[in-house]
Amino acid sequence: MEMVNRPYAGAFERYAVQHPEVLCLSADLTSSCEIDGFRDRHPDQFLSMGMAEQNMLSFAGGLGLAGFRPFIHTFGVFLYRRPYDQLMASIAYPRRKVRLMGFLPGVTTPGGMTHQAIEDISVLRTIPNMTVLETGDATEVEGIVEAADSIDGPVYCRVLRGSVPRLFDTPFKVGEIRILSEGDDVLVITAGITTEEAIRARGALDKAGVSVRHLHLSTLKPFDAEAIVAHAASVKHGVVTLENHLVAGGIGSMTAEAMAEAGLGKKLVRLGLRDTYAHGGSRPYLMNYYGLDALALVRGIERLTGEETGIDEDALDAVRVEAVHSAVKAEAL
Amino acid sequence: MQNVKTTEEVALGIRRRVFEHSMRNNGGYLSQACSAAEQLAFLYNEALTLGQPTLPMIPRPFGGVPSADNPDYVTGAGYNGPFEPHFDRLFIAPAHYALVAYAALIEVGRMAPEGLEMFNQDGSSVEMIGAEHSPGMEVHNGTLGIGFSTGAGLAWGRKRKGESGKVCVFMSDGEVQEGQTWEAVQAAAHHGIDNLWAIMDVNRQQCDGAMDSVMEVGDISTKLRDFGAVVVEIDAHDIDAMRQARAEPHEGRPLIILAHSSPTKGMDFLMKRFPRLHYVRFKSAEERDEMNTAIAAELGIAPVDLGGH
Ligand SMILES: Cc1ncc(C[n+]2csc(CCOP(=O)(O)OP(=O)(O)O)c2C)c(N)n1
Ligand SMILES: [Mg+2]
Repeated sequence: MEMVNRPYAGAFERYAVQHPEVLCLSADLTSSCEIDGFRDRHPDQFLSMGMAEQNMLSFAGGLGLAGFRPFIHTFGVFLYRRPYDQLMASIAYPRRKVRLMGFLPGVTTPGGMTHQAIEDISVLRTIPNMTVLETGDATEVEGIVEAADSIDGPVYCRVLRGSVPRLFDTPFKVGEIRILSEGDDVLVITAGITTEEAIRARGALDKAGVSVRHLHLSTLKPFDAEAIVAHAASVKHGVVTLENHLVAGGIGSMTAEAMAEAGLGKKLVRLGLRDTYAHGGSRPYLMNYYGLDALALVRGIERLTGEETGIDEDALDAVRVEAVHSAVKAEAL
Repeated sequence: MQNVKTTEEVALGIRRRVFEHSMRNNGGYLSQACSAAEQLAFLYNEALTLGQPTLPMIPRPFGGVPSADNPDYVTGAGYNGPFEPHFDRLFIAPAHYALVAYAALIEVGRMAPEGLEMFNQDGSSVEMIGAEHSPGMEVHNGTLGIGFSTGAGLAWGRKRKGESGKVCVFMSDGEVQEGQTWEAVQAAAHHGIDNLWAIMDVNRQQCDGAMDSVMEVGDISTKLRDFGAVVVEIDAHDIDAMRQARAEPHEGRPLIILAHSSPTKGMDFLMKRFPRLHYVRFKSAEERDEMNTAIAAELGIAPVDLGGH
């Protein structure tokens, strides 16, 4: 698998230098969000806001009012937990073109509860006027800057950083669902880092005779309910969703709402964090511990179909293990 | 607990342990040991009135998060002794100082050295960013700027209940950029919360580098006084000054000691990295070897054997 180093850094710089109304804001996590090079090379387009997220969000609302399109960079959690009120009043309500770039989504950080955005999709997607995007590979990270800036209003993005695998060869298109396989037994819906997990299980599921229809979502809001229902209707058993997020309020919930509203009487298995906070640890450990990995998906499919596949960990493609201190990582977090 | 070491010895021990750990693990929050070793040594070795630890010397593995289904959940507070009315409580507000705090626990005999081997290992409770269940941590503080507020609330409650134990918050200077810090000082002063005190590591550093280049905060002491705190400014590496500062009367107000520190104290070699000190890591094996030799010499120990790592 091709690994791309720091795809956000180059993509942001290439785009921002062409668009002077784009501003780069940071809250003391500049290298952690891969914009340190941009800061050094384009100081006039960069605003250091310090570790003060509440002010940063309302400040960005003001920049929006002045006709700028600020890209705010910090860890996802710090974009909506503490500054939620500012997000609502200064950004979402007036539909400011503020681009909220949330790094380290879900369990991709070892920083524990205070650093893990596990309910961000649930919170952000219920905010009127908000668009929610998520990146699942290097191509999508490269495309997220332009995609986000095409939104006529505020947008929250889950961004991957560091060494990111390339899974796709077609660009990020807002609103487009990627159909990764077209089977007819089970519909699997993934986004972000769980897509790679579903791909890890693909070979073993094929061998076990389970025909999977696999969708990858990069636009979470607006949610294309009609398309999801059509795909769900076309498979025999039902749907499994797998997300780097709580099962409540995220992709599983949106899928459930879509199916119920359409009156589609099919089974749905929602995989993700189950009404629990997570703790700190490596990504493969956390994905295994909280049931977000390829094996959890296989077990979810078995629950849905009621048939054992005989697949165990050894039958799955290997897990990519990142070095704790790989050269592409800015610092510990 | 019986003090078997001087506070100076504890501080040196903290620096050595954090250094050895960072060498073995190819990086770490090393600069925070330089700036804060005396502060944590002072707190644990003499300033705080703490009971005997109630949790095992070798930390238990991660035992789940708070939940109705997890009745056995415990925080790491037991390493600071039992929750009794006459004992003090300590919050480490900048949770990324956990490595330094763990080293302090070991130096004063509250945790076994094996505890540090579990640092940031999968399934361990000894987390990189101190979690509520990590040794010596009493509440979650990884989201910076909330520690002093929680401390103020606990102190108010203890005062109301007539408990003699005090509440101490270890703070970082980056926290003064967060608005909540000011709201907390204002509330503590307004409510006359004087069983509360803090010591702040003023190292003038944050993630992006020197604070003045990231977001100027001006004169922290004047600002804190204006918000109602009693403030004493000291050299963070002068333990006598720390003792005197702690003795400053602060009736009806919280006491905040600004400990002006050097982010490279005891490891001058780190000046090579200035102003990128927040998390020290090595770009090459040569760099690591060079640092290993130079800093070990400064700390008066043999270079760390990196053979197996
Ligand atoms: C609310 C919040 N915003 C951002 C962060 C990320 N962060 C962790 S440490 C840190 C730097 C804070 O400065 P300080 O505590 O003084 O750090 P040090 O002196 O150790 O470099 C930042 C921005 C955080 N943990 N919490
Ligand atoms: Mg600091």
